[in-house]
Amino acid sequence: MTTDTHITGAQALIAALEREGVDVVFGIPGGAILPAYDPLLDGSMRHVLARHEQGAGHMAEGYAQATGRVGVVITTSGPGATNLITPLQNALMDSTPIVAITGQVSSGAIGTDAFQEAYTSGLAMHCAKHSYLVTDADDIVPVIQEAFHLAGTGRPGPVLVDISKDALKELTRLGDPQPVVMEGYNPTIEGNFRQLRAAIELLEAAQRPVLFVGGGVIKAGGNRELLAFAEAVNAPVVTTLMARGAFPDQHRLALGMSGMHGNYTATTAIQRSDLLFSIAARFDDRVTGDLATFAPEAKVVHIDIDPAEIGKVVHTDVPIVGDARVVLGQLLTTLEKQRGQAAPPQRTAWFETLADWQQRYPLAYDQDPDGPIKVQYFVDQLQEATGGEAVVVAGVGQHQMWVSQFWRFTEPRSWINSGGLGTMGFAVPAAIGAKVARPDDLVFALDGDGCFQMTCQELITAATEQIPIKVAVFNNHGYGMVRQWQRLFYGGRYSGTDLGTVAPDYPALAESMGCVGLRADRPAEVAPIIDKALAINDRPVVIEVVVDPDEMCFPMVTAGGSCNNVAMGPEDL
Amino acid sequence: MRHTLSVVVEDRSGVLARVASMFAQRAFNIHSLAVGPTHEEGRSRITLVVDAPDVEQLTKQLYKLVNVLKVTELAPNEGLEAEIMLVRVAAGPDTRGTVVEMASMLEATLIDLGPSSVTFQVAGDPDKLARFLEVMEPFGVVELVKSGRIAIGRKRTRVATAR
Repeated sequence: MTTDTHITGAQALIAALEREGVDVVFGIPGGAILPAYDPLLDGSMRHVLARHEQGAGHMAEGYAQATGRVGVVITTSGPGATNLITPLQNALMDSTPIVAITGQVSSGAIGTDAFQEAYTSGLAMHCAKHSYLVTDADDIVPVIQEAFHLAGTGRPGPVLVDISKDALKELTRLGDPQPVVMEGYNPTIEGNFRQLRAAIELLEAAQRPVLFVGGGVIKAGGNRELLAFAEAVNAPVVTTLMARGAFPDQHRLALGMSGMHGNYTATTAIQRSDLLFSIAARFDDRVTGDLATFAPEAKVVHIDIDPAEIGKVVHTDVPIVGDARVVLGQLLTTLEKQRGQAAPPQRTAWFETLADWQQRYPLAYDQDPDGPIKVQYFVDQLQEATGGEAVVVAGVGQHQMWVSQFWRFTEPRSWINSGGLGTMGFAVPAAIGAKVARPDDLVFALDGDGCFQMTCQELITAATEQIPIKVAVFNNHGYGMVRQWQRLFYGGRYSGTDLGTVAPDYPALAESMGCVGLRADRPAEVAPIIDKALAINDRPVVIEVVVDPDEMCFPMVTAGGSCNNVAMGPEDL
Repeated sequence: MRHTLSVVVEDRSGVLARVASMFAQRAFNIHSLAVGPTHEEGRSRITLVVDAPDVEQLTKQLYKLVNVLKVTELAPNEGLEAEIMLVRVAAGPDTRGTVVEMASMLEATLIDLGPSSVTFQVAGDPDKLARFLEVMEPFGVVELVKSGRIAIGRKRTRVATAR
């Protein structure tokens, strides 16, 4: 077969995906996408059959976050497509490159409210970087090329390609790969020299600078450049939730995460800084708190590949549009030129202040050896047992914050979570996607019981497809973070946050889905049960960890409150 | 603050929806919108009059749409603006002569004549249309249809934000 042979649109789709280097697709078949599922059998790609389209979408995200490659999800029309809305929006908020392919009813039936018809490309307008509707077989191959180009370049994100059933069945040709030319899409990669010089001038003169690092550094693959730059300029580094792993936590310059549940020193360093040097972060409200009192004395350098992020939330003194890795490289060169033989700034007073805060306000918890297990303790024990060599995947809520606080990250792409959208239920399917992408690495989902109940059926996928992930379910019998807010701000009136203690029996549930089910009730059981879980590699493992329902996540800056007021405990609120 | 934006887009299905819907999503208010082909094939121009405190952010968000090719802000007094309006004015046998005479002075075109009303077409810059309405109000404006505003730069136009 040559690229000029007549093949169906469906065959062209599969060949186009293979040509993009896709090795696995996550999905669920159905009426409109049926033609594409037939040639899938003959191709080189692995198909992972999810149990719900939302799960398939999060698997594609987990795959993409674990590797930086474009994740692919394929579903049918109507409900198959609407079930993808959450993963699409999740990927949009966290700039995760995925391509979603959905079947559509035949072009003649579009607009007639046909069976399983939904206006998918329209629905995706606001939850994707771009969306396509393809009704002509000849458009399939070029559109797939464009979709991968859009998803994986610039600010990465989700792209949806909706293909009508008749287009999948019609004849077309694969053709030779053509260069992608999109007049309306040309991301800026290199920073502007004048701005680079201005940024370095500000940084060299700053007494209390903070390098504020966002997830874009990981997307850009710029962690080495970041390390070199931070050391060269001798400035402390704060990472956002999405940037955990972009900078090694054990480094002398690392301050950890700032914001709503960030540590005192990281949050306060930003508040007291005279220069906020932001590298591929977007100043989410969970980072800034009340904008009027956010980093009041700081000048702002803002580096971002998306020009719309600059000036969107905070005033910017020096804007630099470009790819984080490339710009960091340019900044290093600029620094060398401008500094010459001069010594790097010492900033002794600033580092002394930071060290003092770190000593006075550390992240801490008390684990009563006879009391209920605390999530933080489990995280510490897991770190110890694995030497920190794991891809950790979290859901959303208290447990997510504790993992981000207590896990000592050393590598990029070792932390996968739902940051911007805060999608409960993300962990299990995302861990499956990550494990498929990196079968030789330990992938450990750390999940809450509320999150787990939203997508745990994907464990059937994991067991059936032999994707041996580990899952710890922290069972506090409720929606912990919401419960915490009800306790703190609603007078302890717990409304809709109690999941009860009757059901499910998590180990039994896990076993019924083909996994190994374990349970830890007491602190002394934690280390042995982790060892036991780590020793099982032929099946997924689920550990129910019964945890303290009253434990609250601190430090805390209240929603919309000022980052000047970091509460170390409920008494500070 | 009110801004006039001229947006050149690829002529593809759904582009107008993407642009209009982005405004709704980001809580920018559209005052008027006009869309039509340009002199180049495959391209349309959307002219928007918008209320937005931060036109730079708005422009950047427009550029994020893949089908948007060029955004130009036409600053006040820099652009040439035009609207078209059809107005039916109450006019019986007593007032008809006066109404038609005044309309003619204001360069409106008489396009229909009825027993109790006359209908004019008025085209031109927004001030001209406003003046016409002001003059006709006392007689009674029965019905009014107005197009969205279109605009074209004078020789020099300001590109709001380079990509």
